[in-house]
Amino acid sequence: MSPPLLDVEDLSLEFRTRQGVVRALEQVSFGIGPGETVGLVGESGSGKSATAYAIMGILDRAARVTAGRAVFRGVDLIGESESRRREYRGRELSMIFQSPRTALNPIRPVGAQIADALRRHAGLGRAAARRRAIELLDRVQIPDAERRSHAYPFELSGGMCQRVLIALAVAGKPALLIADEPTTGLDVSTQAAILDLIRELAAGGGMATLLITHDLAVVAERCDRIVVMHAGHVVEAAPRSRLFTTPRHPYTARLIASTPRPGTKLRDLVPVPGTVPDLRGVLPPCRYRTRCERAVDACDEPPLPRIIPAPGELVACRRPL
Amino acid sequence: MSRDRYLRHARHVLAENPVTLVASALLLVLVLLALAGPWLAPHDPLVTDTALKLDPPSWRHWFGTDQIGRDILSRVIVAARLDLAIAVSAVAISFALGSLGGACAGFFGGWADRIVTRISDTIMAFPLFVLAMGIVAALGNTIANIVIATAIINLPFYARMARGEANVRRQAGYVDAARLAGNSPARVLAAHVFPNCLPPMMVQASLNLGWAILNAAALSFIGLGVRPPTPEWGIMVAEGAAFIVSGEWWIALFPGLALMLAVFCFNLLGDGLRDLIDPRRRT
Amino acid sequence: MLRLCGRRLLLAVPGIVGVVVVTFVLNRALPGDPAAYFAGPAATREAIQEIRVRLGLDRSLPEQFVWYVRDLARGDLGKSITTGQPVRADLWSRLPASLELTLCGLALALGVALPCGVLAATRPGSWIDHTTRIVTTAGVSLPIFFTGLLLVYIFYYLLGWAPPPLGRTDAFSTAPPAVTGLLLLDSLIARDASAFGAAAKQLVLPAVTLGLFAMAPIARMTRASMLGVLSSDFIRTARATGLAPRTVLVTYALRNALLPVVTLLGMIFSFLLGANVLVEKVFAWPGIGSYALEALIASDYAPVQGFVLTMASMYVLLNLGIDLLYGLIDARVRIEG
Repeated sequence: MSPPLLDVEDLSLEFRTRQGVVRALEQVSFGIGPGETVGLVGESGSGKSATAYAIMGILDRAARVTAGRAVFRGVDLIGESESRRREYRGRELSMIFQSPRTALNPIRPVGAQIADALRRHAGLGRAAARRRAIELLDRVQIPDAERRSHAYPFELSGGMCQRVLIALAVAGKPALLIADEPTTGLDVSTQAAILDLIRELAAGGGMATLLITHDLAVVAERCDRIVVMHAGHVVEAAPRSRLFTTPRHPYTARLIASTPRPGTKLRDLVPVPGTVPDLRGVLPPCRYRTRCERAVDACDEPPLPRIIPAPGELVACRRPL
Repeated sequence: MSRDRYLRHARHVLAENPVTLVASALLLVLVLLALAGPWLAPHDPLVTDTALKLDPPSWRHWFGTDQIGRDILSRVIVAARLDLAIAVSAVAISFALGSLGGACAGFFGGWADRIVTRISDTIMAFPLFVLAMGIVAALGNTIANIVIATAIINLPFYARMARGEANVRRQAGYVDAARLAGNSPARVLAAHVFPNCLPPMMVQASLNLGWAILNAAALSFIGLGVRPPTPEWGIMVAEGAAFIVSGEWWIALFPGLALMLAVFCFNLLGDGLRDLIDPRRRT
Repeated sequence: MLRLCGRRLLLAVPGIVGVVVVTFVLNRALPGDPAAYFAGPAATREAIQEIRVRLGLDRSLPEQFVWYVRDLARGDLGKSITTGQPVRADLWSRLPASLELTLCGLALALGVALPCGVLAATRPGSWIDHTTRIVTTAGVSLPIFFTGLLLVYIFYYLLGWAPPPLGRTDAFSTAPPAVTGLLLLDSLIARDASAFGAAAKQLVLPAVTLGLFAMAPIARMTRASMLGVLSSDFIRTARATGLAPRTVLVTYALRNALLPVVTLLGMIFSFLLGANVLVEKVFAWPGIGSYALEALIASDYAPVQGFVLTMASMYVLLNLGIDLLYGLIDARVRIEG
C-alpha cells in the first residue's frame, strides 16, 4: 500500500475550561491515502471536528495537544511552527465548514475572497486572480459566475455559499480536503448536490477527502473507508463495505441500526442507549463501556485495546462482534 | 420575587463584587455629604480671610484656602449638596418624562410614536452640550435652567429605551390577557407594561447621573447657572483654573477630584446594578 | 452608492429643519426684550420701538419664523454687540482655530485608540490589554476641563515642557500667510518650519486633552468589536485558507471590527463639539467656542445663537458623512438599506 498522505498517530488533545480539563481526544489514530475518501463519523461531541482543527492547526487558544502527531507527506504538522503550518494551509490541505453563510466575510465580494486565496497560493496578480476566481466559481457550478463574483455572501443562498467555500478550498489545489459537516443546514437536494460536487472535484484533481459527519447515510455511499469515533476515541476503522456488512465494534453496530435506510420502518430503528460520557474527570479506558451491552469486567482495565485485523483497519474493543 | 430572596441575591452580588461594594460605600458618603454637608464642614464655606489667602493644604485647612481665604475642604463638602441636587433633579425629570413618552410611543405606536421620535431625533441632532448652552442662554442664567437644560438633553436616552422596552412587551402574553380581561389600553400600559420597563432603565439612570454631574459642572465651569460665591464643584474648578499656571494647584484639584469620584461612583454603581438586575430578567 | 448618498441627504433634511426650528424657538425665548438689548441701556422708548419694527419683532410668530429662515438663507446671523461685526464674519474668522483643534484631537484619539484597541484584542491578558482597560474606564469619569488643567499644571508648571496656555501662537513667532486658516497646514504650504513648530507646540496640550476624552470610548469599542470579530466563523475560514496574518487582521478582521466604531463616531463628535468649548476656555483658544462664551458672559446673544446653529449644522453634516462612510465599508447597507 502506498504511504499514507496523512497519518494521524495517537493524537491526544485537551481543552482547559472553567469547569475543568476536558480530554477531548485520546490516542486518535487513522490514515488517509492519496486520492482516498475517508469518512469520519460519530455523534456530536465525539471529537471529529476537534481532530480536524488539530490537523489544520486552527485550534482555539484553550486547546492543547498533549501527545501524538499528524504526519502529512512526511512532516508532522502538530510539531511545526505556526509559520510553517501556514504554508500548508490552503495549499496542501484545506477545510470547509458548516454554516456556510457565516463562514464568509460579509463585507467582501465572494470573487475577491477567492482571489485573495489565489494571490496567496498561486502567486497570481490582481487581474489574473480575478479571472481565475470566476473560473473556479464556474467549476463549482455557480451559474452566471462572472456576475456572481461581485456578489456579497448575504445575496447568495446557503448552497451557493457552500460552493463558494469549496471553490476557496480548492483554489490552492490541495492534496487533502477536510469537509466538516458540509451539508448540515442545507436542504436535502442541495446536500446531495454539494456532496456530488466534492466527489467530482476530488476525482478530477486526485484530491483526498476527509468527510466529517454525524450522518452514516452520507458516508455509506461516498467513502472508501470509514473511521468511527466515540467520545474522543477511534473505535473502529474499516473499508466501507466491510463496515456495513460486518461491523466489529458494538457502537458501530448500534449506529448502523439507528440509521434510517429505504425499506426500514420507524419501529425498526433502535437508538444508541445512554449519552456520550462527560469528558471531564475520571473515565474508564473504554469510553463506550457505560453504554455497551457487551461490557465485561476486563473492560475496566487499562489500556484501551486496539486490534488491527488488517492493514488500515482497527477495532478498539475487548470483545468485538 | 419575594423581598427576602431579593435581599439575599443583592447581598450575594455585593459580596461577589467588591467593586460594587466600594461604589455603594462611596455613594453613602456622597449622600451623607449632601444631606449633612453644612454641619460636617469644619469651616464656614463663605467666610473669607484674606490673611490666609492662597494657603496650600495644611493641618488647619486640609485642602488649603482659595484666593480670598475661604477653606476649600468646607466648600467641597458643601458643594456636594448642590451638585447632587442638580444632577438628581435633572435625571429625575428626564427619567419621568422620557420614560412616559417613550413607553407611550412604543406601546401605542402611530402618531404618539411619531411625535416622540421626532422630538427625540431633533434633540439628538444637536451636539448635546452645545444645546444645553443654548437652552441656558435662552432661558436665563439660573440654576433651575441648568436643571432644565440637562433634563432636556437626557430625554432621548430614556425615551428610546422605554420605547424599545414597551414595544417588546406590547405583544407579551400577559398584555393580551390584561386586554382581554377588559382593561383599557391606558390601564394596561400603566399597570403592566410600564412597571416592567423600569428595571433596565434604572441602570441607565445610574450611569446617567454621572454624566449629568459632569454636564452641570461643565456648564458652571463656563460661567452658566451658578454664581459666586456659591460653592459648586464646577465653578470652583473654574476659579482655580486661573491659579494653576502659577502653581496653586489645590484650588482646582480638590473639587475636580470630588467630581471624578462622584462620577466614578455612579458609573460603578450602574455596572453593579446591571449585574443585580440582569440575571433576573426574562426577555 | 449615489443612491445611498441621495437617500441619506434626504434623511438629513428633517434634522436641519429641526435645528432651525429649535434655534428659532431659543432665539425668541430670550429673557426680557431683545429690542431693548439691541437698543442699549440708554435708548429711548421710540428708539426701542424702531428697533423692534426693524427686527420684525412686532410681527406674528409664524411671520417672524419666515423672516428668520429668509435671513438664514441669506447667511445673515445678526450682528454681535461686543465686536460690532456681523456674526457670520466673526464665526468664519474663528472657525479654523476650532476646526484645527478638533481635527488634531480626533486624529490623536484615533491614532492611539485604534491600535491600542486592536492590540488589546489580539493579545488578551497582556499589559497592553490591562492598561487599555484601566485607562479607558478611568478616562470616562474625568471631566475634560479638569484633565486640561491637570495637563497644564504638570507639563507647563512642573515640567516646563509645554508653552503657557495662551492660545494658538506665542508672542514671538509670526503666523504664516493664511491659506486655509489651519496653522499647521498653512505653515507647511509656506514651508515655514519655525511657524509649524510654534503652532504645533501650542496645539499639543489642548489636542491631547480633547483626544484623551475621545480615546476612551474608541479604544473600548475597538477592543470589544475586535474580540468579537476575531472569534467569528469567517476569520476561522480565512485562517484555514492560509491567508497571511496581516491580510486576516486588516482586510478581514479590522474592516469588520471598525463598523461599530464608525457608528460610535457620531456620539464621539457630539461630545467633541461640546467639549471643544471647554478646552477653548482652559487654553484661551481663539475659536468659535470661546467666541460664544465671551458673548454669553456679555449678554450678547446673537453670537451664541449663531454658534449653536453652526455647531448643529456641522454635526448634521458630520453624521451624514459617517453614514456614508459606513455605507462605503459595509455593502449590506448599500444594497439592502
